[in-house]
Amino acid sequence: MQFMLLFSRQGKLRLQKWYVPLCDKEKKKITRELVQTVLARKPKMCSFLEWRDLKIVYKRYASLYFCCAIEDQDNELITLEIIHRYVELLDKYFGSVCELDIIFNFEKAYFILDEFLLGGEAQETSKKNVLKAIEQADLLQENLDFQIRLLPAST
Amino acid sequence: MPAVSKGDGMRGLAVFISDIRNCKSKEAEIKRINKELANIRSKFKGDKALDGYSKKKYVCKLLFIFLLGHDIDFGHMEAVNLLSSNKYTEKQIGYLFISVLVNSNSELIRLINNAIKNDLSSRNPTFMCLALHCIANVGSREMAEAFAGEIPRILVAGDTMDSVKQSAALCLLRLYKTSPDLVLMGEWTSRVVHLLNDQHMGVVTAAISLITCLSQKNPDEFKTCVSLAVSRLSRIVSSASTDLQDYTYYFVPAPWLSCKLLRLLQCYPPPEDGAVKGRLVECLETILNKAQEPPKSKKVQHSNAKNAILFEAISLIIHYDSEPNLLVRACNQLGQFLQHRETNLRYLALESMCTLASSEFSHEAVKTHIETVINALKTERDVSVRQRAADLLYAMCDRSNAKQIVAEMLSYLETADYSIREEMVLKVAILAEKYAVDYSWYVDTILNLIRIAGDYVSEEVWYRVIQIVINRDDVQGYAAKTVFEALQAPACHENMVKVGGYILGEFGNLIAGDPRSSPLVQFNLLHSKFHLCSVPTRALLLSAYIKFINLFPETKSTIQEVLRSDSQIRNSDVELQQRAVEYLKLSSIASTDVLATVLEEMPPFPERESSILAKLKKKKGPGAVSVNELEEGKREGGELNGGGGERGGDNSTIAASNASTPSPSADLLGLRTGPQVSAAPPSAGSLLVDVFSEAGVNDDGFLSSAPPSAVSEDAAPPLPESNELLNKFVCKNNGVLFENQLLQIGIKSEYRQNLGRMYLFYGNKTSVQFVTFTTTVSCPGELQSQLNVQAKPVEPLIEGGAQVQQVINIECLGDFCEAPLLNIKFRYGGALQNLSLKLPVTINKFFQPTEMASHDFFQRWKQLSQPQQEAQKIFKASHAMDTEVIKAKLLGLGMALLENVDPNPENFVCAGVIQTKAQQVGSLLRLEPNAQAQMYRLTLRSSKDTVSKRLCELLAEQF
Repeated sequence: MQFMLLFSRQGKLRLQKWYVPLCDKEKKKITRELVQTVLARKPKMCSFLEWRDLKIVYKRYASLYFCCAIEDQDNELITLEIIHRYVELLDKYFGSVCELDIIFNFEKAYFILDEFLLGGEAQETSKKNVLKAIEQADLLQENLDFQIRLLPAST
Repeated sequence: MPAVSKGDGMRGLAVFISDIRNCKSKEAEIKRINKELANIRSKFKGDKALDGYSKKKYVCKLLFIFLLGHDIDFGHMEAVNLLSSNKYTEKQIGYLFISVLVNSNSELIRLINNAIKNDLSSRNPTFMCLALHCIANVGSREMAEAFAGEIPRILVAGDTMDSVKQSAALCLLRLYKTSPDLVLMGEWTSRVVHLLNDQHMGVVTAAISLITCLSQKNPDEFKTCVSLAVSRLSRIVSSASTDLQDYTYYFVPAPWLSCKLLRLLQCYPPPEDGAVKGRLVECLETILNKAQEPPKSKKVQHSNAKNAILFEAISLIIHYDSEPNLLVRACNQLGQFLQHRETNLRYLALESMCTLASSEFSHEAVKTHIETVINALKTERDVSVRQRAADLLYAMCDRSNAKQIVAEMLSYLETADYSIREEMVLKVAILAEKYAVDYSWYVDTILNLIRIAGDYVSEEVWYRVIQIVINRDDVQGYAAKTVFEALQAPACHENMVKVGGYILGEFGNLIAGDPRSSPLVQFNLLHSKFHLCSVPTRALLLSAYIKFINLFPETKSTIQEVLRSDSQIRNSDVELQQRAVEYLKLSSIASTDVLATVLEEMPPFPERESSILAKLKKKKGPGAVSVNELEEGKREGGELNGGGGERGGDNSTIAASNASTPSPSADLLGLRTGPQVSAAPPSAGSLLVDVFSEAGVNDDGFLSSAPPSAVSEDAAPPLPESNELLNKFVCKNNGVLFENQLLQIGIKSEYRQNLGRMYLFYGNKTSVQFVTFTTTVSCPGELQSQLNVQAKPVEPLIEGGAQVQQVINIECLGDFCEAPLLNIKFRYGGALQNLSLKLPVTINKFFQPTEMASHDFFQRWKQLSQPQQEAQKIFKASHAMDTEVIKAKLLGLGMALLENVDPNPENFVCAGVIQTKAQQVGSLLRLEPNAQAQMYRLTLRSSKDTVSKRLCELLAEQF
């Protein structure tokens, strides 16, 4: 996967994850173009489209569009289910997730995504395992005032 | 604000986000952001040291502002500070900020790398994962330099936690993608492969992405993964839906892992080990069987996951292209999807069937779905699905269904979306040409194309119809009649006027007997369009008019009057004015004989590959045109062009039947036809017609504007075999160039930079002396400005049995396509011997080999990605496909043969720079042999399009 974008029906970008190095200008251009293209599509249309030399896979959940760009040899249907699994993860974590959760807790949305996908590839597809990792981290929070360094810092 | 605030709420952040959301206008938002930025800046600069929480909060605000689309130019240092916080959430936010907003500031990168290093060695799995995520997200070269050695160790260490292994695998993948040269294979490699056996499904899922990528680049080192992947796949496929617990997704066991396993197998040919292969075929059959079972759930997620595996399995079956039974089953399965109520499935089925259509095993099976596909083209509501249907129709087209498919595509064109019209036009034009049995159908189809979608008919398309009409005399009368009728429409497309003008100018005489299309009627019809046309079309029409004067003397005065009118002879456009003046003069001064010579019917066009096909390839990129198609196009093309050399229907049928045997087909493609056919008798040699130059045939003008050839009038045209002789020397510099009963010509040459020296040895094989032995080397046409060739004089007398030597110095000024001509004249026993050859100087002689690493190669390959920079040919092997021989030839070509660059060890890649005086042209080559099909695919990329094209032509004749 080359990148994933989440945007609202009004075209507001809610989350962006890039797995290929691009400059900010290029990212903004791609985002603008894709948001326009996807928003212009009608509900019954198919979830895949060719765009530049990539394949776009998108799906709308309530007011949010989830949109992934994959390469030629990647599998469209499994990407569609990557999107769905991510939605399930968010849903489970926030408890029936809505767009506002992602706006106000954007950092969590990024953390969950990192546990699920890394470098554009599925890292852990088990819902339980992903949430376990996130919850463990949540538990770790403030009470981790003591950090034992097994090795001293090198500088 | 939502109630959920898991973890640590940052109230300040929530308030800020609310504020932004409440802004009524963009201006208000910017104002609020600027206020916040000023606030944060002052906090960061303030004397008071900030506590970790505040730092985290401000960094997070900055991140939010950045993600809104605003630039952030400070805060990096504070984020880096957070990395070494001992509070997890602070560290986490620091890493997130760094991942999103990497800054190339070297001082910062040193600090970041340091923090990462500490976390990696902390033995705290949560911290290690955070650090690994950061490396994977940033993936910069600096990070690769710092960690590419460490991560493989973490990945294979026995005591590494599963979650850390997962992150390490994908982190390494990212580094390998950005800096493959820094990730060194080592003893960890084999241990990575064995992660496919890991008990933890998550570890396998992550590791397999890494293994797939590494296998593509180093197939040999990873080939043990095939049997491991097959047994893992087999276990998953045969497991019950509950066996895999949380890795079962909507009753489908491990869909992601299954897809990845099937994808990995596509990096390799079918397993050689019979048992492994049997097991794999069994898996594929099970997957196909499952598709027929009733769904275990009505949820779309269930069917998507199941079908994702099915499509990946079908891709593997197509990749192997060796199991007819599976191919046909795959095709039937896709056939069912063509009518599925899910648009997504219809789309994917159409797409996947396109590749099946090019397999010989499944082509027929695909064809049975023609009605469904046509229906999809007519009724699908989504343009992207219709596009797929059009692609599939194109792919499944052959002689048996061409008329139906072309008709359907034509009628679809009337309502087709603007975005795909041009491509549709090209496809119709190609199919019409490729499968034309009767050429009146071809002409009708193209004229219909112009009528329906004139704006989208590119030059290539209308040039092509003219070329074909000129090369086929059985269709000329029909073409003249049809264009004449088409032009009578009150509004006709300018492209129609162009085709009509050209064809009537050439063949109007064939319909002039009918009083309804008498010469004057034809002229008036054409001229009625004149004023509505653009300058290039008008220029073409003026040429048609002068052709009319020759064809029909009775139109002379009318046409002269038109030419003489102020609007022509004083036209502000130089081209039009010049044509009017010259044509007027020509028609008044020249005798009928001269006129007839100058305005002779166009000679047939030499042809190699349809320019339309090339255009489509450009549009779609390489790979869009399948092997089958190209091979067929070549065969069919041969048939069409066969008419070029030997006019007349009977001969060309013979040519066609010859064309299906591999080696002579190359010649039918025009290599032999060009130079033999001379347009005008030699008496007209000094006139405008360039007898010898192949390039002398202009695309749009009737009269060649090329300067007279440099070859003196009485030099013989190059021998028919001179192209073959030239091809013999593409990959070698020394040898016998030519030999007949009298004379042997040997050649020795050396090249350095853009300079070359060639020694020619003329041997007299007889016992009688050759007298007045003279040689001339000339550069026809454009070549004059591209090559500087100087031949030292040669002895005028060669004794029987003796040999004389001639030195030729060559300087390459610019890139070139043609070869210099060598003309030899001498008297042997009183008879004048006169022969011309092509001197084997080809552009590749000026190559400097360039060694480069795999990484650099692919980077350059990518940089040369404009369609015109690439030339590709797919062709049948004409020699045994021996690796050593191929290597020797590629080395002889002058490029560097690069080892361990291509992921497929069967393939060859080369790199070199062509040195000309004017510029250097970097070129990359990739040759992919397919031993099974006895075919090659050759791809060239150069910084200059003409070079790619020429190299591709030359090389396609070598294997």
